[in-house]
Amino acid sequence: MAYGPHTHDDRGRMMAALGIESVDALFEDIPIDVRASRLDLDPPMAELDLAVRLQGLAARNRTDLASFLGAGVYHHYVPPVVDQMLLRGEFYTAYTPYQPEISQGTLQTIFEYQSLLAELTGLEVVSASHYDGATATAEAALMAVRATRRDRVLVSRAIHRHYLDVTGTYLSGGGLVLDEMPTLPDGTTDLAALEAALADAERPVAGVLLGQPNAFGLLEPMAQASQLAHAAGALFIAVVEPVSLAVLATPAEYGADIAAGEGQPLGIAAQYGGPYLGILATTTELMRQIPGRLVGETRDLDGRRAFVMTLRAREQDIRRDKAASNICTNQALCALAATVYLAAIGPHGLRDVASLGAARARELELALAEAGAPRLHSAPYLNEFAIRVPQAQAVHERLLQRGVLAGLALARWYPDDPELRDALLVCATEVTTSAEIRRFAAALGEELA
Amino acid sequence: MTDGTALATSARVGAAMAPEEARPGAGRQAMNAALQPTLAELSRPGRGGGKVPHPPADALARIPASALRSAPLALPELNEPEVVRHFVNLSHLNYSVDSGFYPLGSCTMKFNPKLNEWAARLPGFATLHPLAPDELAQGTLELMHELQEALAEISGMAAVTLQPAAGAQGELTGILMIRAYHAARGDVARTEVIVPDSSHGTNPATASMAGFRTVTVPSAADGGVDLAALKDALGPHTAAVMLTNPSTLGLFERRIVELLDAVHEAGALAYMDGANMNAVLGRFRPGAAGFDVMHFNLHKTFSTPHGGGGPGAGPVACNERLAPFLPAPLVVKAAPGSYRLERPEERASAIGRVRAYQGNVGVLVRAFAYIRAHGASGLREISDDAVLAANYLRQRVGQGYELPYAGPCKHEFVASGRALRQATGVRTLDVAKRLIDHGFHPPTIYFPLIVDECLLIEPTETESVETLDLFAEALLAILTEAHDHPERVKSAPTSAPVRRLDEASAARKPELRWRPMTGAGTPCPT
Repeated sequence: MAYGPHTHDDRGRMMAALGIESVDALFEDIPIDVRASRLDLDPPMAELDLAVRLQGLAARNRTDLASFLGAGVYHHYVPPVVDQMLLRGEFYTAYTPYQPEISQGTLQTIFEYQSLLAELTGLEVVSASHYDGATATAEAALMAVRATRRDRVLVSRAIHRHYLDVTGTYLSGGGLVLDEMPTLPDGTTDLAALEAALADAERPVAGVLLGQPNAFGLLEPMAQASQLAHAAGALFIAVVEPVSLAVLATPAEYGADIAAGEGQPLGIAAQYGGPYLGILATTTELMRQIPGRLVGETRDLDGRRAFVMTLRAREQDIRRDKAASNICTNQALCALAATVYLAAIGPHGLRDVASLGAARARELELALAEAGAPRLHSAPYLNEFAIRVPQAQAVHERLLQRGVLAGLALARWYPDDPELRDALLVCATEVTTSAEIRRFAAALGEELA
Repeated sequence: MTDGTALATSARVGAAMAPEEARPGAGRQAMNAALQPTLAELSRPGRGGGKVPHPPADALARIPASALRSAPLALPELNEPEVVRHFVNLSHLNYSVDSGFYPLGSCTMKFNPKLNEWAARLPGFATLHPLAPDELAQGTLELMHELQEALAEISGMAAVTLQPAAGAQGELTGILMIRAYHAARGDVARTEVIVPDSSHGTNPATASMAGFRTVTVPSAADGGVDLAALKDALGPHTAAVMLTNPSTLGLFERRIVELLDAVHEAGALAYMDGANMNAVLGRFRPGAAGFDVMHFNLHKTFSTPHGGGGPGAGPVACNERLAPFLPAPLVVKAAPGSYRLERPEERASAIGRVRAYQGNVGVLVRAFAYIRAHGASGLREISDDAVLAANYLRQRVGQGYELPYAGPCKHEFVASGRALRQATGVRTLDVAKRLIDHGFHPPTIYFPLIVDECLLIEPTETESVETLDLFAEALLAILTEAHDHPERVKSAPTSAPVRRLDEASAARKPELRWRPMTGAGTPCPT
């Protein structure tokens, strides 16, 4: 076995101590009817051969295109210090810090993560991490249901489709209702429709869920939406993108009770879907409703400051069927990545990342409009927006052959919407270059000509 | 209660070994690193910078003022050398598999191969966008398809989803699939999920999240599920039974055939919590035995690292009956040698997504590498060695501690400190803390809940017999010490970076963040 220590003699010694002649004796408790025959798998590979195979598989992926694809996952510059800290075995080969005396490294970094995200969101209580932005959003919806004892959640149509899908899955178990709110032609949520839905006294609403920026990259009127939700006794849930919080109003500023979001932009690679970082933050009032681990500051017997997992009575290993969630394993190492990233990039650096993305996106907007693909919506955006392209999906496919990944064809997410069927969602970040923008615009111009 | 060795005997065995002879600290280097200030305390306005270019001054000119922050963002300001020292010094405060023996029962803290870390970071895997068209993602799709097939073969199931992010999410996926299965048959009276009293807390918590009522059945004296009690609990209201096999006591469920027959006769389905699959690779295939659906914990069985609490991955495998309900998209074969994600609505009966995109793919890369490194023979050897090591250690620990259940065990075993507590007042918690002074990570304690003063010990297959001996000697030395110097054990640890913590006041008055830094922001350096 590749990584095992046991020599023939070691095994012999252990078997002798147990008075057995074969390890088979230790498996006689498996009823004979259900004992497995040999597995049909490929033979073991030597490390060298396996390394070559893995390199070959990685090389089969095409990551060399000029990419304008975001839609919830964004390519950013990640200083190498992030991954070098992550590669410390003391961090990545440790378990959940159940023994705080020998886990202060993990515990303090989680406390620092909670603090950093509290600075970013303006909210006081941040969970130690959830699986991803979609599940954090679903857990936020369930929090609102528990806190208000109501069973209906309203969600903007301009929310990431996977987040909508996952939230629907999570709400389905309890027979809860998820209603979608329409958008206006400018791409933002229709607040009049939201107000009308909230006014239905027969079907009181637990929470209202909007993205900032929304799924089309647009800035929503969060303060107004928040006021409408609160006036109806509902909680307001903001789905946020953490880099944007360096410049955009915080969820606390517009009165959000809960913020959820995807932490991937904070120093985590795209990896075809994960592992990522589910951000979940809330107010002190809702502290006991938040699911997932929390780390708090305390003292040891000698009065030294130390950190420990706390408010554990919300969790599944203590409360079992009455727990706030079934979450156990989370994304702690990804939270560490975000912590190192934020420490390395600093407040000015993060503001520069967000602002530079906005500047590059404006450059992209002008270049694409020049090429014949103007913006679809009129609401302001930060670094992502939709453009109008007839036969968008076919154009998207042809651009791949020209070495351009032209964002997301919104037909994938809104197949029944005639307007969005002819639209591409494109983004830029600080790593997008002017040369890539020119290449995209030129290729698109030729396709549209 | 069998196999328990009398405490008097054990104390004598332990007495032969003075604490010095047990070589405190033998488990690894002493943990005497210094505590660290927080990032906020280290911050000095004006430090750091230089990572990205400055944007043009008008970059945010088009954003309405109402959408912008009213006060500048305040975060710690540090230069990179300080950042590095901070995290390196914090890492020294952690115990880890890379530094020592970590026999945390139920958690499978085995060695995490370094090749797998390298592989997951290969740029082709790491930088691939999750919404990249299939034609750009052929390498990862091939890997995922091969992993789906391998997990299906290992589990004896028909189909696999790699989407769930962790074991608990795998449970939710499986139970929602069972719910959808019954609903599709119009069988809507099934509102209960049965779990044994030894189950992981995630099982009942999952049942609640999926909208079911949890019914708990007791364990029999031998540690297995009480078959009569289970039969009593089963009925037309039972949607599913969730079983961990081998159980959380480290025991294979000997009555598994009768048990599964009873579940199916009642019209319910059988869910297997596969947290302990590492004990029976190539020895037991849940699907072939009659389980309908199960999850794997890739971070346990297939050695992806635990990361200080995560990420893991919890793929779900199921039989033909439940396959239509797996969440989309699965990875399927397209033209020969090429792969694609299922298209939306390709399987109309699929439950909704449980996670965005395709799952914790970076974890899947590591698990794939682990399975391919071992092959069929290697996987079986993993389980054989894990079980052999656990039984060997069990016998040695049994020289001093009660063993509440008869062996053989599988990959882990429970011991009890009940007699020790009665004789000396020293609790299992104290024994665990004293192990830290001996240089070992303590085992899982007070779980499963049904064993008094429980120690759940899992050595894994990657620990040498020398390490197992040292650990057993340390546990036995603590037994002697508990009789001779109980205060020393009760006040442990003394060699860790901190002593025991005041957890009560942490919960009473939670301090979950540092004092807000807002207002500390300085103008952007130009």
